[in-house]
Amino acid sequence: MTDYALIGLLLVVAAIFPLVALFLAFLLRPRKPAPVKKSIYECGLETVGETWVRFRVQYYIYALIFLVFDVETVFLYPWAVAYGQLGLFALVEMFLFLMVLLGGLVYAWRKGALEWV
Amino acid sequence: MTQQDMVPPELQRNVLITPVDWIYNLGRAGSVWPTMFGLACCAFEMIVTLTSRYDLARFGMEFMRASPRQTELMIISGTVTKKMAPQVVRLYDQMPEPKYVLAMGACAISGGPFKDGYNVVPGIDKYLPVDVYVPGCPPRPESLLDGVFKLHQKMRNETIRTSPWYRKGVERELPVPEYGPQGLVLPKGEKSA
Repeated sequence: MTDYALIGLLLVVAAIFPLVALFLAFLLRPRKPAPVKKSIYECGLETVGETWVRFRVQYYIYALIFLVFDVETVFLYPWAVAYGQLGLFALVEMFLFLMVLLGGLVYAWRKGALEWV
Repeated sequence: MTQQDMVPPELQRNVLITPVDWIYNLGRAGSVWPTMFGLACCAFEMIVTLTSRYDLARFGMEFMRASPRQTELMIISGTVTKKMAPQVVRLYDQMPEPKYVLAMGACAISGGPFKDGYNVVPGIDKYLPVDVYVPGCPPRPESLLDGVFKLHQKMRNETIRTSPWYRKGVERELPVPEYGPQGLVLPKGEKSA
């Protein structure tokens, strides 16, 4: 039981130690706010446009469809390298796999995911 | 003659302040973090100073911080062009207090061999308050280290009582230079070369 108490003590000390350091830094730090200092850091240049740039949600769907082809390539490449030793079984297996992926693509196509809205 | 009289009057107020100053300055001088920022060829000597042969990390300066918000020393490493001067001053303004500037090399000090160039700022001290000048073209890493020691020396001799970054009403933000029809507008009282 005392072993766990020691771990508990360590947790308490580990929480207090940085908090004290941060609090001391908060007390001692010089406060000199100024317009340029508070402005956004952009490598010394003035910011152009909004900082919180928004992306269209359409990109998310495109990324998902890209995943279909991505996974296909990941499996096709080692398959093609080792095809000589694998024979007919691997050919049928890969055909089934591609059909599954194609099913996903056709589903996305039918749902209109390939059209830019 | 009492013990009180033996302490000179100008030191009597300093009995408490001095040890605080000593600890404060020891901590500051032991962890000067420079801005990750190289301007011209002198930057290579600065990079060499950071590597294992010269090892700036021995003096608590291993971090070249990528954001001015975490730095207190700006090493002006090389020629400041008129195109770059506003960015340099804006970066300086964005550094938190206390902050120091080290002008490295002939170009940063006075424009150096490019002083008469149409696009060269003749010395960054036209725009920034420079604390240490390190001469050379370019200065060897040993020179830069010596300049850093000079800065440490300066920091250790400062006191909280007179430091401008704790005093109220002291404006420390410098005006960012702007472009006019003839290029970069020089500060007031300066004539173009």
